[in-house]
Amino acid sequence: MGDPFGLIGRWLMSVVTGWGLEPAAALTLLRFLGAAILATVLLLACFFLIVAERKILGRFQDRYGPNRVGPFGVFQTVADFVKLIGKEIVIPTGIDKVPYWLAPVLVVMSVVGIWAVVPFAPGFLGTDLNVGALYIVSVGAIGTLGIIMAGWSSNNKFALLGAFRAVAQLVSYEIPMVLTLLVPTMLAGSMGISAIVEAQRGLWFIVAAPLAALVFLISSVAENGRAPFDLMEGESEIVAGFNIEYGGLAFGMFYVGEFLHAFTVGVLFSTLFLGGWSGPGAETYPLLGLFYFFAKAIVVWFVTIWVRGSFPRVRIDQMLSLNWKFLTPLALLIVSLTAVTDKLAVEQGWSRVPALLGVNVVLLAATLIVLGAYGRSIRRREEQLRTAAVR
Amino acid sequence: MSVLQVVFLVTGFVTLLAGVMVVASPKLIHAALWLIVSLAGVAVLFVLLNADFLAVVQVVVYIGAIAILIIFAAMLTRRVMTDSGPTHNPTWWLALVSALVLLGGLLALILQVPAFAQAGPTGLPLADSGLADLGTSLVDANRFLLPFEVASVLLLAALIGAMAVARPAAKPEEGAE
Repeated sequence: MGDPFGLIGRWLMSVVTGWGLEPAAALTLLRFLGAAILATVLLLACFFLIVAERKILGRFQDRYGPNRVGPFGVFQTVADFVKLIGKEIVIPTGIDKVPYWLAPVLVVMSVVGIWAVVPFAPGFLGTDLNVGALYIVSVGAIGTLGIIMAGWSSNNKFALLGAFRAVAQLVSYEIPMVLTLLVPTMLAGSMGISAIVEAQRGLWFIVAAPLAALVFLISSVAENGRAPFDLMEGESEIVAGFNIEYGGLAFGMFYVGEFLHAFTVGVLFSTLFLGGWSGPGAETYPLLGLFYFFAKAIVVWFVTIWVRGSFPRVRIDQMLSLNWKFLTPLALLIVSLTAVTDKLAVEQGWSRVPALLGVNVVLLAATLIVLGAYGRSIRRREEQLRTAAVR
Repeated sequence: MSVLQVVFLVTGFVTLLAGVMVVASPKLIHAALWLIVSLAGVAVLFVLLNADFLAVVQVVVYIGAIAILIIFAAMLTRRVMTDSGPTHNPTWWLALVSALVLLGGLLALILQVPAFAQAGPTGLPLADSGLADLGTSLVDANRFLLPFEVASVLLLAALIGAMAVARPAAKPEEGAE
C-alpha cells in the first residue's frame, strides 16, 4: 500500500521493456499511453458529471432532474449521447471548413490539457512542469481561440456576435485570474503545481490569501461561462451564441468542454488554495491523497453549481464593469500587497500567515467601504435624476 | 537521426510553411490563423530547447493575447466574411528588398554569436536555475532593469493613451453635476 502508483508505473515499465523496447522509447510510449488514458477517463467521467450537475441543479430549482433512464436517471447522459450521435450532420453553407471542425476540438483540448499538470496524489501526476501555473493559463488561451474560430467560421452573424461577446468575457476575466494565480506562486516560491501543493502541507493557502482565492474562484467561473456569467449564450439576444451552427457531436463537444471545465475549476481551486491531495496520512497512503483530492474538488465544484443555481444572469455592461472596475484593481492590489507583506515578514521576522491574513482583512474592509460609498453615490445620482424628472 | 531531430525538422518546416501562408493567403482571417500555427511552431521549438518558460510565454502572449487581438481587429473590419482582396500591391519589390536586407543583417549578427559555431543547437540544462536567473536579471540594476522598466513605462503610456482615446466625450447635458 506504500506506493501503489509507483508500483504500477514500474510494472508497466517492466512489461514494455520486456517486449524488447529501449528504456527511453518505453518511457515515451508510456507517456503517450498515460495521456490517452487520462483524457479518455476524463471524457467518460463527463457522463456522470453532467447527470450529477443536472440532478443537483434540479434539486436547487425544486424539481427532480433527470430520473427516467436507469436508476435515479444516471444513464440520462448516455441516452443524450446516443441521440447526438444519431443526428444528421448538417453542414451550413458558406462555412470555413478547417476552422469550423477544428474549433470544438480546440475547446475540449484546452480543458483536458489542464489536467496534464494536476497532481492527483503523491507520485501520481501527468508531468511536473516547472512553469505549471503559467501552463494552465496558456492552455486556457487556446479555448478562447477555439470559440472565436467557431463564431467566425460558422458564417452566421449571430454566431460572430456571440463569439465577440464570449471573447470579450474570456479575455477580460483572464486578467484577474492570472493575477491571483500569482499569489499561490509567490507563497510557494515556485510555479510548479507539485511544489505549490507541497508548500500547502502545513497550511492551506486559502488561510493566508482568502481574497485571492475568492477572486480566483469568481474569475474561473466567468472563464467557464457559467451562471451568473453565462451571457456567452443569450437565447433571446443572439439566438444561442457562438455555437448555434453546430449540431450533433460537434455541439456535444462544446457541451462536454463546458461541463468538464466546471469540474476542472474545482480541481484547480482545490489544488492551488485547498492543498490538493495533502491531508492527514496522505504521504503514507497515496490512495488517501487521491480521496482527499477528489473530495476537495467535488466540494468546490458543488459550490460553483450552487452559485449557478442561485444567481441570475448579469448584464453585459455589469459583467465588464465587475471585471475592469472591481476585480482587476482588487487583484492588482492583492498581488502587490501580498508580495510586499511576504518580503517584509521574512525580513522583519514576523509570523508569515498572520501578517498576510491581517493584510487581507484590512484590504477586505477597505474594499467594502469603497463599494458601499460607490453604491451610495449611484443611488444618490438616481435619486437626483428621479426628482429632476418629476419636476 | 534521432527522434528529436525529426521533430525539429517537421516543426521547422510547418513553422516556415505557415509563415509563408500568412502573407500568401487571400483572406485576412486565414492569414491570422496561419500566423497562430507559425507562433505555435515557435513554441514547440522552444520546448525542444528545454526553454519551457519561453514556450509557455509564447503561447500565452502571442497566441492568447496578440493573435486574438489581431483576429478581433480583423473581424471588426467591414465585409470580414467575404474579404479576399489581392495579396500584394505595386510596392511588393520594395518589401522584398527590405526583407532581404533585414535577413542579411540578422544573419551577420547571428554568425558572430559564439554558440552558432556549434554543430547543432543544444538545449538548456534541465534545471529551474535558468528561470530564476531570468527573473532576477529583470530586476537587477546591472543587467536588464533599465530596458525592462522602459518597456513597462511604454506599455503603461499605451494603456493610458488607449483609455483616453476610448473615453466618450463628456456630454453637455450632464455637465451640471
